[in-house]
Amino acid sequence: MKQFLQLTKIQYLEFFREPGVIFWALLFPIVMAWGLGLAFSGKAKQERTVAWVKTSADGQLMKNFVHDTAGNNKESVKILGNKKTGFVTYHFVPSTWEDATLMVKRGRTTLILEDIHDSIKYFFDPKNPEAQLAYFQISTALKNGSGSDDQGQIQPLDQKGLRYIDFLVPGLLAMNIMFGSLWGVSYSLIEKRSKKLLRRMIATPMSKTAFLFSYFVTRISLSFVEVIFLLFFSWLYFDMTVQGSIPALIAMVLAGNIVFFGLAVLLSSRTANTQIANGIINAVSMPMMICSGIFFSYHNFPDWLTIIIRQLPLTIIADTMRSIFTEGAGFAETKMAILQLTATGLLFFVIGKRIYKWY
Amino acid sequence: MSGIPAISVNNVIKSFKDVKAVKGVSFTIKKGEYCALLGPNGAGKTTLMEMIEGIQNPDQGEIIINGQTWKKNELEIHKILGISLQETNFFDKLKVGETLELFSSFYDLESERSNEILDLVNLQEKKNALVKNLSGGQRQRLSLGIALINRPEILLLDEPTTGLDPTARREVWEILFRLKKEHNITMILTTHYMEEADYLCERIIIMDKGTVLADGTLDQLVAKNNGAEIIEFSIEGEASNGFKLNDEKIKMVRDDKNEKWKITVDDIASTLPSFLEEMKQKGIKIKSLECRKMTLDDIFISMTGRRLDE
Repeated sequence: MKQFLQLTKIQYLEFFREPGVIFWALLFPIVMAWGLGLAFSGKAKQERTVAWVKTSADGQLMKNFVHDTAGNNKESVKILGNKKTGFVTYHFVPSTWEDATLMVKRGRTTLILEDIHDSIKYFFDPKNPEAQLAYFQISTALKNGSGSDDQGQIQPLDQKGLRYIDFLVPGLLAMNIMFGSLWGVSYSLIEKRSKKLLRRMIATPMSKTAFLFSYFVTRISLSFVEVIFLLFFSWLYFDMTVQGSIPALIAMVLAGNIVFFGLAVLLSSRTANTQIANGIINAVSMPMMICSGIFFSYHNFPDWLTIIIRQLPLTIIADTMRSIFTEGAGFAETKMAILQLTATGLLFFVIGKRIYKWY
Repeated sequence: MSGIPAISVNNVIKSFKDVKAVKGVSFTIKKGEYCALLGPNGAGKTTLMEMIEGIQNPDQGEIIINGQTWKKNELEIHKILGISLQETNFFDKLKVGETLELFSSFYDLESERSNEILDLVNLQEKKNALVKNLSGGQRQRLSLGIALINRPEILLLDEPTTGLDPTARREVWEILFRLKKEHNITMILTTHYMEEADYLCERIIIMDKGTVLADGTLDQLVAKNNGAEIIEFSIEGEASNGFKLNDEKIKMVRDDKNEKWKITVDDIASTLPSFLEEMKQKGIKIKSLECRKMTLDDIFISMTGRRLDE
C-alpha cells in the first residue's frame, strides 16, 4: 500500500510540475470549445467574401445593390439577413476572372458573381452548403431590392441541445479521455522504458500491478477534473447543461478511461523508442479523431465505413455522451456501451500486461 | 551460511541474435569481496551484470546469489541486492528527497532512511533540488544512494563513474571505500578505468569478447605477465618497426595509439643499462624514455594488443 501511495503521488507531481500539461489537459479543451462554439453560434459575426467579376462596364444591378456609385475597383460591403436568421456581412471584391478562380482555389471565396448588363450569373459548387446559402441570400436580396426580409417564414434553430456546441462538448470530452490516456500513460511508460527507469524500478521489490494501477488511478482522477472544468465553462459561457443522468455520465467517463487505459498499456507494451511511440499513438488516435465524429458528424462517410466507425471506442464514448447530454439518456440507454468499453479495456490490459517488456 | 559465496557464476552463456555476448563465463565472489569487472566496450560486462541483477536470463549456465536463484527466490534476492545501472535516468520532475522516498517505499522502509542516504552520498544540500538540475556527479551519487537504500549485502555497480570528471569520480570512490571499511558489503563493479579497479578492488576480472581473460589480484595478474615494471620508449624513424632485441624472451609490444614501444621487465635497474647499450649498438636513437610500474592497461594490452578504453 505504501508503495502504491508513493507511486500515485509521483504521478501527480510529474503532472502538475509540467505547466504545458496543465494547459493541454485543462485549458486547451476550453479554448477549443470556446473557439468552435463561437464560430458556429450567433456570438460571432459572420463574414463572407464574394468575387465580383465586372464583364460589362454598364452593369447597373450590382452597382445599385451595393451602392457602388464611384464605379472604381474598391471592395463593397453589404450586410444581409435579419434577426431570426442572423446577419452576414458580404464583402464583394471586384476581380478579373483569373483572380476570381484563384480566390476559389485558395479557399478565399466559394461564390463568383458575374455582372452582365441587367442580370447576374452565379458560379459555385452546388454541393457546398456555404456557397448555396450565399447564393440564396444574395439572389433573394437582389430580387427584393433590399437586404432585409424580416417577414420571412424562417424559424431559427437555437434551442439547447440543437446547437453545435451541444454536439461539440461531449465529443471534446471523449477526445480528452483518449488523449489523456494515450499520451499521459502510453507515452509516459515508453519514455520510462527508453530512459531505463522502468528497468531500474523493477530491479526492486516494486509490485508491477501497483505501478500500473497508480497510473490508472491518477488518470481517472485527472480525467474527472478535466471533465468538470470543461462542463463548468460550457455551462457558464454557453448555458449548456446535462439533460440525462449524471451517474450514467460518471460511469461513462470511467468506462472511457478503462478502455483507453487498456489500449495505452497495450500500445506501450513493447517499444522503447519515443519516436516510435509518437508514431504509434498518432496512428491510433488520428483516424479515430477524424472518423469518430468529434467535430463533425460521421454520417457523411459511406455506409460500410460508418458500420466500422460506430465500433471505435472514441465513437462509442462520444455518441453515448451526446445521448446523455442532449437526449436525457440514463443507465438503461447507456449500459451496453459502458459494458462494451469496460470489457474491451480489460481485454487490452490483460494482453498488454502479458506481453509487457519491462526491461 | 557464512561459507556460502556471495555470487556464483557457473558457465554462463548469453547470445543476442547473431552476437554471442557472454561465452561460458564462470567465477565465484566471496562475501565482503570487492571485485572489478574490467574490459573494453562490448566485452560482455553489462550483459553479465544484468544476468546477475536478474534483468536478463542466461541462455545456459547458472547464477546463484547467496545460495539462492532468481527463478525460485526473486523477492529475497531483490531485498539483498543494491543496483546501479549504466546511464539510468530518474524522474526529472521529482526532487532528490522524493526520489529516495519512492524507492524506499518499494522496500517498505521508514522515511528516515532517505535522510541517512542523503548523508551517506553527500546530497543533503540537494534534498529539495529537482533531479533534472543535478550535475553528472550528483546524479551518479543519487544512483548510488538508491542502490544503498535497502542496506544491501551485495552491491552491483555498472560503470558508476563513466563520464564524470576526476573530482566527481573520486567522490564516488570515497563513498565506496568507506562502505567497504564500515560494512561487510560485497561489490562487483564494472569499469574501463584501470585506476578505479586498482584503487577500489582487491580482485580483478578482465573480460574481452565475452570471455574471462584473467582473474586475480593485481599482483597475481602482474606476476602472470612476466614482470612488474615497464620501460616505455619511442624512437626516431618509425620505419624501423620490425626491430628485435637480442634477448627474445623479453616481451616487447608496440602501442600504435601512442607510437610507443613497451618492454615488460622484472627489474628496471638491472635491465636498463644493457637495453640502452643494445639500442646504441643497433644505431637506434631513442626520442623519449619512461620507466614505471605495470598497470592494468599494460596487462590488457599485453593480452589483447588493444587498450582498455578503445
